[in-house]
Amino acid sequence: MRADHNNKHLFDDPQRVRRLLRFFYGICTLLLAGDIVLHRHAVHPLEAIPMFYPVFGFVACVTLVLVARRLRTLLKRPENYYGAGDEDAADEPG
Amino acid sequence: MSPAELPPWLWFYAAAVLVIPARGPVRGLIALSAPVLSALLLTGVEPGIYFNLHILDYELILFRADRLSLLFVYLFHVAAFIAILYSLRVRDTLQQTAGLLYAGSAIGAVLAGDLLTLFLFWELLAITSVFLIWARRTPRAIASGQRYLIIQLLSGLLLLAGALFQWHDTGSLAFDYVGLDGAAGWLIFLAFGIKCGFPLMHNWITDAYPEATATGAVFLAAFTTKVAIYALARGFPGETPLVYIGALMTCFPIFYAVIENDLRRVLAYSMINQLGFMVCAIGVGTTLALNGAVAHAFTDVIFKGLLFMSMGAVLQMTGRINGSELGGLYKTMPKTATLCIVGAASISAFPLFSGFVSKSMIMSAVLQENYQLIWLVLLFASAGVFHHAGIKIPYFAFFARDSGIRTGEPPVNMLAAMAVAALGCISIGLYPALLYDLLPWPPDYTPYDVSHVLAQLQLLFFSALAFVWLNLQGLYPPELRAINLDADWIYRRLGPGLARAIVRISGNCTDAIAIRIRHLCGRWLALGQRRFDSDTLKTLRTTSTMLICVALLLVVFVVFSGP
Repeated sequence: MRADHNNKHLFDDPQRVRRLLRFFYGICTLLLAGDIVLHRHAVHPLEAIPMFYPVFGFVACVTLVLVARRLRTLLKRPENYYGAGDEDAADEPG
Repeated sequence: MSPAELPPWLWFYAAAVLVIPARGPVRGLIALSAPVLSALLLTGVEPGIYFNLHILDYELILFRADRLSLLFVYLFHVAAFIAILYSLRVRDTLQQTAGLLYAGSAIGAVLAGDLLTLFLFWELLAITSVFLIWARRTPRAIASGQRYLIIQLLSGLLLLAGALFQWHDTGSLAFDYVGLDGAAGWLIFLAFGIKCGFPLMHNWITDAYPEATATGAVFLAAFTTKVAIYALARGFPGETPLVYIGALMTCFPIFYAVIENDLRRVLAYSMINQLGFMVCAIGVGTTLALNGAVAHAFTDVIFKGLLFMSMGAVLQMTGRINGSELGGLYKTMPKTATLCIVGAASISAFPLFSGFVSKSMIMSAVLQENYQLIWLVLLFASAGVFHHAGIKIPYFAFFARDSGIRTGEPPVNMLAAMAVAALGCISIGLYPALLYDLLPWPPDYTPYDVSHVLAQLQLLFFSALAFVWLNLQGLYPPELRAINLDADWIYRRLGPGLARAIVRISGNCTDAIAIRIRHLCGRWLALGQRRFDSDTLKTLRTTSTMLICVALLLVVFVVFSGP
């Protein structure tokens, strides 16, 4: 293992992360504008609704994560649930 | 007979024998030459039947080539080449041999022209692949491998029983359209369903694949489930139940994937999700849908292989694979991180990457046939894939918080294998004709139009926005050291619990049947406590003997009963 804890890496600078996020929000805005400027051919009736895809993508993922969080409280068990010796042992690094 | 008319799996089996005594670079050369030589011989092969074996009155069709089987054979050659290249430096004869035999068996299964040959390769797939799990040599991998083997062999027995009924009903064992009309059809359907990961039968994938060795999982991800997709596409195209089974498969695993800690297990859940798209399309059954299903199988093998390779590299270099223990690896593994992102973009069906050109065929086909609700389910699953496989995998392994782990890039052969797969993902994304020209039915489809691309980009970017927002709000479930209950609870907890209760209750009974039942339960419980080596091999020997007996019975049945 190399000791490079002190080196600066690409995303160590919070400023750069913020810039990246701003760039990302910019693309999202452009894609929203795309719905107004470009004609999207609709086959499914819901597709004809403006902003259908962005709203669907956002809501779907938030729902997915919130439901999964709930599910976790039901399904979560300790790592050795299926028996002793079943817990995860780290492999030797290659 | 020219060498091109011999079944291609022969070259893989031959190489598997030759690698045993070989050492060093010679061993690698032999292993790599199997897919290369075999692929060269395949270039001139036209649809037709090339190789039969006559056993008594029965004809085994070992090499039936048509556009559907050839597509999968090409795919398995690419997958075998990549996986062998990735595992070139593995100093383990067991894995090298098992990998070649396994790849050969997958090719044998898709070239099988009759159900008996299919059954033989179906079981060989199970027996050869389990060694890639056992080769990890941890108690957990041994136990998981045993469960895997039993489930796989069970699928084989169902297939055999179905074949037997089929022979009885029709007097033919030809493997073509089977359909769901009789008992034979349902038995074969279930056999394929187990291998394909139908809901409640899916757990072997998420149980065993993450327990395999770093390189073994790359082989496993490519073959078994895709053989099942091929078999479904040939035997059950247009069977409506598949539409709903497939839609369910796309949906439920993504919830598990979000809360799963082991990143290779996340990939295993996401594999069921991708298989769901294919199963659903096979159920829709139009030429566009079937083309979409097999095209998606093709792209999936490559991008899922790439993702498994990148996570295998992480496991090999750090010894860890849990999201809770990883993070910040881009600092020391930038090439692996970049290649992983290519795989992630492909599985998420980003335009210009391979998943987009195959998945959009499925989505269009589903809409064309007016499955409007199913389309919405698939769209939800598409957003979910991006969330758990496209973002979660690279984010928690390579970015997120810095775990402090400082390691290096994996060996050059592993990077090369990942680069070949990444090149495949990008090439197919940029030139869909590379794939479309190979499809079984001439496709009349263009993935790149403004509507498709804009819609897909909106869906993906706003899914990503949801991830960013949830993360900033602290709502994203953290990676935790824990497991999640799934259908395997039935046979890992409920079943043994019942068996223990039976042993306890029947402890004082002297009735012969009670003693017999107690004995059976006791043996089953003992199975779960076995260790590697002699006991593991004993399991294999017992199950193989049982299978050979059943297979012999079938032959006797075929010879003496007649249709």
